[in-house]
Amino acid sequence: MLTNYLKLAWKVLLRHPFYTFITLFGISLTLTVLMVLTSFLDHLLGPHYPETNRDRSLYIQMMTQTDTAGTTQMKGPMSFRFLTDYVKSLQTPERVSISSVMNSSNAYVGSQKIKLNTKFTDADFWRVMAFDFLEGKPYNEQNIAAGDQVAVISDDFKKEYFGSASEPVVGKTIEIENVHYKVMGVVRGSPVTRFFTHAKVYFPYTAPKSNYQNTGFRGNYIAIVLAKDQSDFKAIQDEFYDRVSRIPVPQYEGGTKYDVLKVMNETYADNFLGTIMEGPGLRAVFLSIVGFIVFMLLGLPAINLVNVNVSRILERASEIGVRKAFGAPVRTLLWQFIIENLFITFIGGGIALVLTVVIIQLINHSGWIAYADLTINLTVFLVSVGVCFVFGILSGVLPALRMSKLKIVDALKG
Amino acid sequence: MIKLQHVEKVYRTSAIETLALNNINLDVQKGEFVSIMGPSGCGKSTLLNIIGLLDEPSRGVVEIGGRRVEKYRDRELAHLRNEKLGFIFQSFHLINDLSVLDNVEIPLLYRSSSARQRRALAQEALEKVGLSNRMKHFPKQLSGGQKQRVAIARAIVGKPEIILADEPTGNLDSAMGNEILSILQNLNKDGATIVMVTHDDAMAKKTHRLIRLFDGTQVL
Ligand SMILES: Nc1ncnc2c1ncn2[C@@H]1O[C@H](COP(=O)(O)OP(=O)(O)O)[C@@H](O)[C@H]1O
Ligand SMILES: [Mg+2]
Repeated sequence: MLTNYLKLAWKVLLRHPFYTFITLFGISLTLTVLMVLTSFLDHLLGPHYPETNRDRSLYIQMMTQTDTAGTTQMKGPMSFRFLTDYVKSLQTPERVSISSVMNSSNAYVGSQKIKLNTKFTDADFWRVMAFDFLEGKPYNEQNIAAGDQVAVISDDFKKEYFGSASEPVVGKTIEIENVHYKVMGVVRGSPVTRFFTHAKVYFPYTAPKSNYQNTGFRGNYIAIVLAKDQSDFKAIQDEFYDRVSRIPVPQYEGGTKYDVLKVMNETYADNFLGTIMEGPGLRAVFLSIVGFIVFMLLGLPAINLVNVNVSRILERASEIGVRKAFGAPVRTLLWQFIIENLFITFIGGGIALVLTVVIIQLINHSGWIAYADLTINLTVFLVSVGVCFVFGILSGVLPALRMSKLKIVDALKG
Repeated sequence: MIKLQHVEKVYRTSAIETLALNNINLDVQKGEFVSIMGPSGCGKSTLLNIIGLLDEPSRGVVEIGGRRVEKYRDRELAHLRNEKLGFIFQSFHLINDLSVLDNVEIPLLYRSSSARQRRALAQEALEKVGLSNRMKHFPKQLSGGQKQRVAIARAIVGKPEIILADEPTGNLDSAMGNEILSILQNLNKDGATIVMVTHDDAMAKKTHRLIRLFDGTQVL
């Protein structure tokens, strides 16, 4: 029975190459765009190397100070001291890591200049993040307390600086801005899209030029708070916000008096959205735009598909009449058309999957985003398959239902 | 085998009402070969479609194999069509996308049977109509007479007790027509009850009984 339907479905596809092309084109294009987009979003927001703990992390990245008149606002990362006083000592989290934002620097190999990003971190940074050490190990609390001039470098930087990917470099010295550091470890690099972890060289925060002793609240450090579990988020946020609310205002910093102090403590996605736009209203706008795009991507092809199918099935009125005349129940015919439509949608889904894999591989290998690691996320794929399924059912059932209402004698007249 | 009581069929279109059948009473016995004649538009096809459960009467009772069908739902009607009835149309109504063999197998798709059984039965039916050498062909590659023989094979493949033929030779030349008639006669000898609409007096004479319609009314 099933093979019969599939055989017929195949013949129907071949008989109407134009319909088939339009339908397949619509389905595969839609699904490809959808899958590449979600894969990209997943790359940006999902828990991926080395930030695999994102799911249970909160980010403290932005402090806002507003002055008495409400005219001047200072926004930005915080001082190492502030984070130590108000975040590191929180009771509810499992662990807190403090690290600097990315700094730009230069190194020289002979006369060749290497541009590089650096980060100052604490020892917990290596525990909160899940870096792969290709060589050596991270610096620990003793290195930091001793003020050791050590560094962890990325595999890319190792190749640039030492000229070889295979030779071990732990124990060797690198020179950056006239300071010598001993290499303690080499990690597989983090993509540039992960700005909390991306860098070529990582220093202990007690290394020169880290400014970790700055007083005042503003600085260039951020904190990542690892919760034991997502369910602790609320408690962590409450504890933190409670502490911040106890900070006496007004305060003076940089010659300005300000009396409102706000520090965000958010999940990665919220923090990410907050960085590109501000205010809950804007976020709603953003979400509705995304919703609208998804609707256009999915809804329009679906409607088009249903239309194409209606005319395609109506063309086969006489076949339906014949089948009914020889004992086909309406329900069986409905199934026949559903199977035919699922068949074509899944062919489209297959094409989309192949296209998506190709596009993702191109992005990953183009060097467009360093260390890009886009993948087809299983959820995305399953959702796409589900969407295919709904397309198939809808576009098969509606016309077939119309068809089944037709009386046999009328159907036979074509 | 087939019993119609006070059957009436009215077609309503926006402008006019057509009384296509008017108080038809009919009783066809098992094993009978009945022909229906009458001028064009007198309701022959309408009558045959009602007997074949392809259309419903506006009034009256239809009994097939002793079962009154007016309360039957789609599934039960489909089952009855599949089990008891085999239809042969004037314009063949083969499915062009399917091979001869697949066309003949259609009635068997809607009952429980294995692919191998279906194939064997379809081959047997095609042998009966002398077309076993055309199984892999498609309808477009056949002549009119061959198409009608495929249609007959399809009508008999499920071994129905009743065969209904609406001008089965109407689109064929007389030699071909006679061949089709003799196939039907053989099926009748094997026990099938047959009702055939025809324009041809000579053919009608070869059947057991003749029913004449005029303007929706039975006159003979
Ligand atoms: N679907 C329909 N709608 C309206 N009138 C119809 C329909 N089918 C048949 N008729 C009318 O019913 C009458 C009988 O038709 P039909 O049974 O096809 O005649 P025959 O087969 O004897 O030529 C004709 O007048 C025809 O116009
Ligand atoms: Mg007719």
